[in-house]
Amino acid sequence: MRRIRIIPRLDIKAPNLIKGVHLEGLRVLGEPSAFAKKYYESGADELLYMDTVASLYGRNSILEIIKSTASDIFIPLTVGGGIRSAENAKEALRAGADKIALNTAAIARPELISEIADNFGNQCVVVSIEAKQTAPGKWEAYTDNGREKTGIDVIDWVKKVQNLGAGEILITSVDMEGTKKGFDIKLIKAVCENAAIPVIASGGMGKIEHLEELIQTTNVDAVAIANVLHYNTLTLQQIREKFDRNKFELRTA
Amino acid sequence: MNKKVTIIDYGLGNLFSVARAFESLGANVCITSNASEIAQAGHLILPGVGAFSKGMQELESRGFIEVIRKYAVSGKPLMGICLGMQMLFETGEENGEHNGLGIIKGRVTKIPAEKNAKIPHIGWAKIIKNGNPKILEGIGEEHSFYFVHSYRGICENPSDLAAFAIYGENKITASVEKGNVFGCQFHPEKSAESGLQICRNFLEL
Repeated sequence: MRRIRIIPRLDIKAPNLIKGVHLEGLRVLGEPSAFAKKYYESGADELLYMDTVASLYGRNSILEIIKSTASDIFIPLTVGGGIRSAENAKEALRAGADKIALNTAAIARPELISEIADNFGNQCVVVSIEAKQTAPGKWEAYTDNGREKTGIDVIDWVKKVQNLGAGEILITSVDMEGTKKGFDIKLIKAVCENAAIPVIASGGMGKIEHLEELIQTTNVDAVAIANVLHYNTLTLQQIREKFDRNKFELRTA
Repeated sequence: MNKKVTIIDYGLGNLFSVARAFESLGANVCITSNASEIAQAGHLILPGVGAFSKGMQELESRGFIEVIRKYAVSGKPLMGICLGMQMLFETGEENGEHNGLGIIKGRVTKIPAEKNAKIPHIGWAKIIKNGNPKILEGIGEEHSFYFVHSYRGICENPSDLAAFAIYGENKITASVEKGNVFGCQFHPEKSAESGLQICRNFLEL
C-alpha cells in the first residue's frame, strides 16, 4: 500500500515562525519550537525548518533554534536556508538536523550536492526547488524565497540533481504557496514523472480535498504543509482521519 | 537510569541524534573513536549512514574491525543501526562486493525498485516480529518506524531475523538479534516513542 509522509513546514525568521504568501509578505506566528513540539506530539512524520533569512550563526540563528528543539523531538528534521558548504551542513547536523535542504547554494555550485552526499549519505540531501510557471507545462527554478530567477528549467534541474546524489526533492510552487488554493498539480506531476527519488510537494494546501487530489493524481511521496496547520484550520489528527485507509497508509501515532 | 552507552565514531554520518535519544532516557553517552574505550564499553552502538564499502573502510582504517568482533563475543550488548546493522553481516554488495564484520550470517543486497516502492526507501513502516526478540519487547504491529535505506540485509540463519517490514512487494529485514548482538535497519532515534522504546530495551539488557 502506498505510504504518504505528512511533514509540517516551518518557515523561520529567527527567532520566530512566520508565514507568507508566495513566500513573501511574512507574518509572525510565534515560537517555532512550540509548534514543532505540538506537531511531534500529534504524530508528524518529519519536520521541515526553512530559514527565510539564511542566517546560520549568531544569537537567535537557525542553528540555535534547531538546538533548542532537537533535544526532545525524535523524528527526522530537515533544515534549509543558508547552508553553503559541507562544513555548514555538518554544523546543522551537529545542532540536531537529520537532513539538509539545499537551494541557492546548489544552483550556484551543483557539486555541493555530491560533497554533502559523499560525506553524510544521499539520504541527507534534500534539494529544494522553488518553481514559478513561465509557460504552460514550463517552470523556472527560483532562489531567495521566489525572488531571484535562475534561468534553469525545473525539470532539467530535477534530472540533474538526482545524478549528483540528491536523496529527495522538495518542490515548492511559488505561484500557489500561501494561497490556500491547492497544489500546482501539473508541476508536481511533471516533477514526479522525472524523479526516481522521493518527492515532497509543498505550497498551496487550503483544505483536505487539495491533499486528496494531489495524492490521487500524482505519484508524490510526501507533502509539506504550513498554513492550514499553523493556523489550526486542520490538525494532523483530522488529516489522518480523513484519509482512505484502504488506499493509503499513514503512520499511527 | 544511569547507564553508559558508547557510540562508535568512525567519521561517517550523524551521531548526534543517536546520542540525544539515549540522553533523553537518562543514559550517560560517550561518543568515541578510541579502540580501548570501545572494547571496554558496557553497551555499544555502531551507528552509520552512507555506503557499506565506505563504512567498512573507515572501520578498518581505525583498526575497529577486530575490536568490534571481539566485543561481540564478549556477551555485552551491541546494537548496529542502519548501515551499522548492515555491516554486522558477512558481505555487502554496495559499490562492488565487500566484506562486512561477519557477526550475522548473510548478505546485504540492493532492494529491487518497483513502481510504488522507490529507492531509497524513505519513510515509516510497521514491522512484523519473528518470535519474541528481546530488543522488540513492548513493540506491537501498531508501531511504525522510520527507515531510510537502499540496501537490505538477508539473514542466512532465519532465527537471526528479529522483525521484517514490507516495502512494495519485498520483505525488508527490519531488525536482527543473535544473542547479545542486535541490529535495526530503521532509525530508533528517529522513530518517536516506538523508537525510544527500543533504545530503552537496549539499555535494560
